[in-house]
Amino acid sequence: MKIRAQIAMVLNLDKCIGCHTCSITCKNVWTNREGVEYAWFNNVETKPGIGYPKDWENQDRWRGGWVRKRNGKIVPRQGSKWRMLSKIFANPHLPEIDDFYEPYTFEYEWLQNAPELQAQPAAKPRSLLTGEVMNKIEWSGNWEDMLGGEFEKRSRDRNFEGIEKEIYGQFEKTFMMYLPRLCEHCLNPSCLASCPSGAIYKRAEDGIVLIDQEKCRGWRMCVSGCPYKKIYYNWSTGKSEKCIFCYPRIETGQPTVCSETCVGRIRYLGVVLYDADRIQAAASVENPKDLYEAQLGVFMNPHDPKVIEQARIDGIPEPWLEAAVRSPIYKMAMEWRVAFPLHPEYRTLPMVWYVPPLSPIQSAAEAGKMSVNNGMPDVASLRIPMRYLANMLTAGDEAPIVRALERMLAMRAYMRQRSVHGRIDRSIPERVGLTAETVDEMYRVMALAAYEDRYVIPTAHRELEEDAYVLRGSAGFGFREGTNGATNANLFGNPKKTPRKPFMDAPT
Amino acid sequence: MNEFLNQLAFGWYPYFAVTVLVVGSILRFDKDQYSWRSQSSQFLRRKQLSLGSNLFHMGVIVLFVGHLVGLLTPINVVDGLGIGHGFKQLAALVVGGIAGIAALVGATLLLHRRLTDPRIRQSSSFGDIAVLVLIWVQLVMGVGTTYWTMQHLDGTEMVRFMGWASGIVRFDPGAPALLADVAIIYKLHIVLGLTLFVITPFTRLVHIWSAPIWFLLRPGYQIVRSLSPVKRPHYSLTKGPAGAPAPSFGGSAVTRAHSESGGT
Repeated sequence: MKIRAQIAMVLNLDKCIGCHTCSITCKNVWTNREGVEYAWFNNVETKPGIGYPKDWENQDRWRGGWVRKRNGKIVPRQGSKWRMLSKIFANPHLPEIDDFYEPYTFEYEWLQNAPELQAQPAAKPRSLLTGEVMNKIEWSGNWEDMLGGEFEKRSRDRNFEGIEKEIYGQFEKTFMMYLPRLCEHCLNPSCLASCPSGAIYKRAEDGIVLIDQEKCRGWRMCVSGCPYKKIYYNWSTGKSEKCIFCYPRIETGQPTVCSETCVGRIRYLGVVLYDADRIQAAASVENPKDLYEAQLGVFMNPHDPKVIEQARIDGIPEPWLEAAVRSPIYKMAMEWRVAFPLHPEYRTLPMVWYVPPLSPIQSAAEAGKMSVNNGMPDVASLRIPMRYLANMLTAGDEAPIVRALERMLAMRAYMRQRSVHGRIDRSIPERVGLTAETVDEMYRVMALAAYEDRYVIPTAHRELEEDAYVLRGSAGFGFREGTNGATNANLFGNPKKTPRKPFMDAPT
Repeated sequence: MNEFLNQLAFGWYPYFAVTVLVVGSILRFDKDQYSWRSQSSQFLRRKQLSLGSNLFHMGVIVLFVGHLVGLLTPINVVDGLGIGHGFKQLAALVVGGIAGIAALVGATLLLHRRLTDPRIRQSSSFGDIAVLVLIWVQLVMGVGTTYWTMQHLDGTEMVRFMGWASGIVRFDPGAPALLADVAIIYKLHIVLGLTLFVITPFTRLVHIWSAPIWFLLRPGYQIVRSLSPVKRPHYSLTKGPAGAPAPSFGGSAVTRAHSESGGT
């Protein structure tokens, strides 16, 4: 047992209104630079749809994630290390920028500076790649917003697998949901596994996956290796970039920018403890439908004294253990089982989880159009097909999704009884395997969603992790005072130094 | 050719070129690793790149290794192994010819794409285009030499080049004289080749140094970095662990006393 801590996220899709505030604030903070105009570390997709980049869930095409070989071992779907190196000159699975979209801006200045004209001046779009006028913008970051475009094209969504999708093209039968997406900061990241330079790494302290920009050589295997297509090649710098989980904010105990600005209060951040020794086995289970359960098995119960003891031995600071107990992530994913990993079948063990959406059901049920079972609508008659959600969140296993939605419905029914009729009906939560107290807490965390319940983020203890004694007098922002380069050797001569003799320096 | 020019091009320029290549690369790596990358343009346009890049790179790798082994293997070793000069010349001609043509076709595709595709053209620096043009010219000349080589398949010219290359390595002042009478195309080919060495540290060619063969040696797939690289079994005197007795920040005097009394 080797316990590590991870800052994980849950997104409550039941409350997402698709306003894109998360995407815009993220964009303005991290990717408003040349070379990544097309990149959205956070984007919100309307589902069903092929998404951004186009068709990202089609791993037959992009070869992201892992596959289980017949001998039970997992290898990146792109192939073993030899296979990957053989594709280094031209990666056949690399998306093109047009699979995202060609970035553009408009001639805004022309609107102000145009001379007197016969017609109104118009701001023409110009490509940010070539500077040329674009006659027609064919695709963009969120082209399918609110079910934009024909059903024919949107229905290529891979989550329709096993569903008679034609009827959902009819106006009366159609459904939609929002899916905000960011880097999953996986426990078993396949981008990292694909990086020939070894530039991508996972941080032991908080599990954030980062790309070392100094070490990245632009071999771009990570772009195809990530099944979520959340690694972006910066064509200007020739390096790959990705969501950094706003680690400068996380380290100081603040939520990520996307979470902080979420107007729907759908995002949750907290600590989960996991056993690093179980990752390999959990990612290698045979049946993809067992991957969700296997992944739950990697998480450790932060209330268990044995786990706490081992966590202390493994160097997890006390405030982190405390935060793990209060973690909204652990509650939603493990205790209430209402949050699910996105596409567990990729075998990357993603750490951004989703509460499936529910809202369209009840209003229709109340109108008498759906079968009602003991005051609660039957989840089988939901507008969003169970199979669709299951394909997205549990590799096609519908039972856990049904249980989660029933629990959320029970929470509503129970609270309705309590606040409208003033009656505590314990039978409602019991029918879905919960207690009234648990439902009260679910209501507090998921419905009221106060700031301090959503974000339980312990600060990073750099003062314990780094040797402050050694670092004293060094520059905080790295202006390279101590040396003229990355090494201590200096071709232009080093400054004069006191000769160091034994016992002169404190052992560190 | 003028004797001075001959000395300059084949006596002095090789040392200059290799020095710039090595020292320049070290300097750039040390000063600015952020600029050290392959700068692939596949993401902007896949068309023509898949075929072009594969042909080009594989051809060039064969050519590079071929030149390295062919020129720098001491002639005693070649003779000792019983490899005839004529056979070696023929082998070099066939292997180099095939690889050269593959690389040339690839480079032509890449150059055409770089110059005519608006996306690639706009995002190309002067260096990006210059590198490709120079390599293309170098490949044309290299493939061109096969015509002259076929005039003397017994390997006499080849032996001269081997003598020159090993002479340069051995700091033999007589080395440049060996090349005084070879055909002009060989001379241009050598000078341009050395020029490619010179420009390498200042262009995207530095990615040659980073060929990620170490990937194959990485144990497993995953990499985890910790802020504290080694979890030490004992605590440093100068670092206070959570919950432990207050550390002594006494500086070197206390440290020395501590270590002299057998502490760690």
